[in-house]
This record gives sequence, C-alpha cells and structure tokens, in this order.
Amino acid sequence: MTETHTARAAAAGEAGPDAALPAIELAGVAKEFHSGGEVVTAVRDMDLAIREGEFFSLLGPSGCGKTTTMRMIAGFEEPTRGLIRLHGRDVTGTPPNKRDVNMVFQSYALFPHMTVFENVAFGLRRRQVPRNEITRRVGEMLEIVDLSGRERRRPRELSGGQQQRVALARALVNRPRALLLDEPLGALDLKLRQAMQVELKRIQREVGITFVYVTHDQGEALTMSDRIAVMNDGVIEQLGLPREIYEHPATRFVAGFIGTSNLLTGTVTRLAGELAVIEVSEAEQILVPVRGLRVGPGSPLELTVRPEKIDLATRRPADGACALRGTVTEVVYLGTSTSFAVTTTTGAEMVVFRQNSALAGDLAGRGDEVWLSWQPQHSYPIG
Amino acid sequence: MTALARAEAAEAARRDGPPRRRRGVRPGRVILPVYSWLVIAYLVFPIAVMIVYSFNRVTRGLQQVSFAWNGFTLQWYRQWNAVPGLTSSFWLTIRLAIAATVVATVLGTLLALALVRYRPPRFRGKTLVEQVLFLNIAAPEIVMGASLLGLFVTINLARGFLTLLLSHVAFSIAYVAVTVRARMAGFDRSLEEAAADLGANAWVTFRKITLPLIMPGILAGALMAFALSVDDFVTSNFVSGSAVPFPVWVYGATRVGIPPQVFVFGSAIFMVGICCALASIVVSRRQP
Ligand SMILES: Nc1ncnc2c1ncn2[C@@H]1O[C@H](COP(=O)(O)OP(=O)(O)O)[C@@H](O)[C@H]1O
Ligand SMILES: [Mg+2]
Repeated sequence: MTETHTARAAAAGEAGPDAALPAIELAGVAKEFHSGGEVVTAVRDMDLAIREGEFFSLLGPSGCGKTTTMRMIAGFEEPTRGLIRLHGRDVTGTPPNKRDVNMVFQSYALFPHMTVFENVAFGLRRRQVPRNEITRRVGEMLEIVDLSGRERRRPRELSGGQQQRVALARALVNRPRALLLDEPLGALDLKLRQAMQVELKRIQREVGITFVYVTHDQGEALTMSDRIAVMNDGVIEQLGLPREIYEHPATRFVAGFIGTSNLLTGTVTRLAGELAVIEVSEAEQILVPVRGLRVGPGSPLELTVRPEKIDLATRRPADGACALRGTVTEVVYLGTSTSFAVTTTTGAEMVVFRQNSALAGDLAGRGDEVWLSWQPQHSYPIG
Repeated sequence: MTALARAEAAEAARRDGPPRRRRGVRPGRVILPVYSWLVIAYLVFPIAVMIVYSFNRVTRGLQQVSFAWNGFTLQWYRQWNAVPGLTSSFWLTIRLAIAATVVATVLGTLLALALVRYRPPRFRGKTLVEQVLFLNIAAPEIVMGASLLGLFVTINLARGFLTLLLSHVAFSIAYVAVTVRARMAGFDRSLEEAAADLGANAWVTFRKITLPLIMPGILAGALMAFALSVDDFVTSNFVSGSAVPFPVWVYGATRVGIPPQVFVFGSAIFMVGICCALASIVVSRRQP
C-alpha cells in the first residue's frame, strides 16, 4: 500500500503523504433542479479529480453549472446522482459545517454586524480555538491579505477590493483542505481585478492550499490556473493545462470560448505521413497533424488556428506551410498589435493578429489581396 | 502590491465623486419644514393639553378633571397612588402589555421567518396564512372583540388576565409578522450559508447571524405590539371580566368624572412612548 502510494506520488511529481489522493473527487455527479414541474439539469455526469495544492479553475459561460458544482462540493446542494469525495472520504449527506472546505462567495457574504476581526475569527470561534491563538492567527491572516490595522472596521467601511480580501482571509484562516472561490473578482473593476489576480496567486503559493476557482473570464483562468476545466451546459468539455486549452482546444465550443479562434472545415484529400492534407486549390492547401485521429481521404475535418499564429504576406509563402489566399475586409489597430479580418477564397472568415513594429510598417489595408500562412503544427483538428 | 494600492486608491476616488453644487434659498425649502411642523403641532396638541392639565389645581367639589385653569400644582403627581382602582388597572395594563409583547413577538417572528423562507411545496397553506394575517389586521376590532368573547363564553373560560392575554396576542401577531417580514425582504441568505460554511450549526447561525440582523425589525414589531396592547380598549372591554385594564377603567370613570391622576398616568405613558421612539431611532441608526 505504502509503496504504490509513494510510487504514485512520485509519478505525479508531487510531495506530501496525501499527494496521490485527489483533494476533491467527483464521480458521476449530476444535479437536477425541479422548478415548477420542469427539470433543469445543471450538471451532468461529471468526473473530476482536483489535486492537492493546485490552483484549479472551472471556466465556462454563465449558466453552465459552475456555481452548482461548487455548491455541491461545499455541501449546500446534494448531488442527484454520483459521489463527492474530499481527500478520499465520501461526503454525501455531510452538512457544510462538517466539511473541511471553505468557500468565498461571489457577494463576499461578509457579516455586516461584525467587525473585520470578528468576521475573520468566526470560523475559529466555532471550533473553540483558544482566544490568544485566535488573535494571533487572525492577525497573521490579515497581514497576508494586507489588511493589518483594519480589524475594528465594519465591512461597509471598506472598499470592494478590501471586502474581497476580508472574505478570503475569513475562509483561509481556518486552514481548510481546499478553498472554493465563486467568481470572487466579478464585482471589481478591471484594474483592481488584475491586481487581485496577482495577489490571489501569491496568497495561494504562500498558504499552499488547494484553490478551486470559478470564473467565466477566460483571461483570468489562463493567467492564474495550474489546470483548467472548461465547462459547457453541465459537462466538462476539456480539462488540461492553460496552454493546452488555449493552443489545442479539444472541441468546437472550447475553441470558440477561449480567445479568438479561426475555425476551418474541409475534406481530407490525402495523407502525407503524419499530416492530413486538405487541398483548396493547387497553390492553396491546409495541412493538419492527424495526432491519432482516424481520417482518410474523403473524410470531413474541422480544425482551428489561433490568430496570432498566422502570417500575413502579399506574396505566396514558401512550400510546406499552410496557405490560403484572401481579401482583407477589416483592419483594427489594437495598440501592440493589429487585427486583420480576411475573407479567404474558400469563403472562410479568418482573423489574424500581427505585432506592430516600426520596421514592418503597414502590412496590408482594406481590400488588399493577401496570403495567409502558418506552420502545420499550429492547426489543430477538433475531435 | 503597489499596483493593488493604486487600483484601490482609484476606486476610492471614484466613489467620493465631485463636490456638490450649492444652491440659494428657494420657496420649496420653506414649505416643507413649515408643513412638517404644522402636522407635528396638530398631532401633539391634545397630548400637550393633557400634560398641562395634569398640573391643574382642583379648587371645588369632587377631585375631577376640569378644563378651567385654577393654578399650578404637583398634588396629583404626589398623590398618584390615591385612586384605588386606577393604580391596579395601570399595573395590570403594563403586565399584560409585557406578556403579550413577548408572546406575540416570538410567534410573529417565527411566522415571518417561515413566510420569507418557504414556498408551497414545502409550506402548503402559505397563501392562506397570508390572507388570514391580512384579515386579522383589516377586520374591525369590534368584530374581533365580540367573537373572542363568544369563544371564551362557549369554551367556558373565565374572563380575566388569561383571556386578555390571549386576545392581545391574537391581534398583535399579524403586526409583528408583517413588520419583521418587511425587514427580512432584503436578507441575504448567503450570509447564513457563509456561517454554515465556517462551521456554525443551524442554531448558532440563527443566534449569531440571522437574529442580530433582523433584530431591528423584531424590536419594531415588539414596540408595535406593546403600543397596541397598552392602548387597546375595544377588545379588552369585551374580554376583561373582573381584571380591568387601564383604558377600560378610564372609560368607566368618564361616566362619573375623571380623577386628575388619569392625566398623570397618561403623561407617564406618553413619556415612556417618547423614550421608546427615541430608542427605536437609535437602534435603526446603528444598523445598516
Ligand atoms: N436553485 C435552483 N433552482 C433551479 N434551477 C437552478 C438552481 N440553481 C441553478 N439552477 C440552474 O442551473 C443551471 C446552472 O446554474 P449555475 O450553476 O448557477 O451556473 P453558473 O454558475 O455556471 O452561471 C442554470 O440553468 C440555472 O438556472
Ligand atoms: Mg455562478
């Protein structure tokens, strides 16, 4: 037992006795709500294992079931089907006050009739922690979230960002095995949100607690997370590293939801080694790494290319690259880069980002005929 | 950290906003205070008359209130206890009001919580309860009083403190429930979830979070119940029997002549009322 345990921990490249046990595990979890005779399925058969100590994000559009998933982990909702395990222990039927996870609410849910100190001390007092230890731990935690000296304030006397950090401190001071954050930065304005993203990441590193982070903001998820699960309509569409999710979206939905993506459809004309070739005309072709996909000549194929991977030129590019001809329909200056909308001869609408540099000058203007090209490894087939 | 500090400073600056524009005196600014003071005077004048005449000397005949000014005296305050039935009826009213307030506030608050929290699949008959509450407030008191008397006679319950208490609770519950419910309208349930999440069980959550937050509503409801009870004549007159509360006693006394001590008690009750009103202002200022 011990041997396999350590072996698995070593394989996962993590330390700690519990590293092999997922911090949070969902097995076939589904949640249905019955409202007015109608059944709303918020989460369908979800399997998920969140590792100890990682910053894990649930990313998806509004209404896809993120909050419901979170509330089931915290214990505010019971799954209709399936099991939830916290550190290997089945928590079905365990009320929230008996679960070793804490939640940061989107509305912060700070107790308005208590001071900052009392808010943060609330959880410790429930567990009969000695008075002087409470004072010490609350003080330390307020230091971590940079709120020392604000102990006697009431929540409404604080700014939005400060309230947010009180909510964080109130949860973290209990040293939960995992912290659940439901769109914690949603109510802050852009500048503050960006600053808080950095802060949250720093605090997570400092305390080393598993963070489960719910957001509908793909930029936020990409910058902060160790791993991301992209959700849509109650299912996880893709789970992976931020880079994998961004550069190699597994489904049409993920491609469309994360960043700007160019979607192309075509028919495979032939296979060339590890590449499938979609020929548009003699000069124009798209090459796609098949990556184990079962395709042969004649099979339809859908693929994505990220806008910043595409080169824009007036002349035909060298052989070996993917190339398409088209007409520029729109040019939008974005500061550090410029976005070009191009309608290709195949009829596809493509978006291309190019860095702005003094040397390059204007690459193309509206109405210009251009060639789009990219390396085959930057096209990804969608399964 | 500096980025965070800067972003927060910007947020704070935005919240403060630009300074307010100053305006000259306009007629609209005079009409409102004048009107307000006129209304206040209209409402307070009868009470002022009572307070003033509680200091009026009686020069001839029986010790009765008269509205001719005979000179200032503190006699009635010194002899506040001199009228036999009056003092006992006053204390009965106070005891009754306290008991009725406690019972009605507890029951009314629980009812309000149930009405705010639960809907039909879980709480059948919710609409019926709401209608009954409305009827209870809207029904003429004389009907209530008569039917309560009918009930007590039918079930053969001797009229006295108990019947008074039952009746006063009956007409106060609805007011408490409505007041507490209004206060709970904006209550954020996630506060209770947060408490549970931090390890509080249902009872601790109620005591530490829910109760303190709805306390202003409960106090307002309790004040209302107390005032209704102290003040009640119609229902009490039906169900009092040998236990005669203050308003019923005074009404009985008007047929033979009101002893000046009635004005003393009246003034005292008014003063207590003022104190309660001030207390409620303080309480509501303190809470968000
Ligand atoms: N208590 C509830 N009763 C009925 N439907 C609900 C309830 N909570 C959530 N839902 C429904 O479940 C779906 C997922 O909601 P939610 O988990 O809040 O999504 P998200 O947090 O991703 O925006 C939505 O369609 C929502 O309307
Ligand atoms: Mg949500």
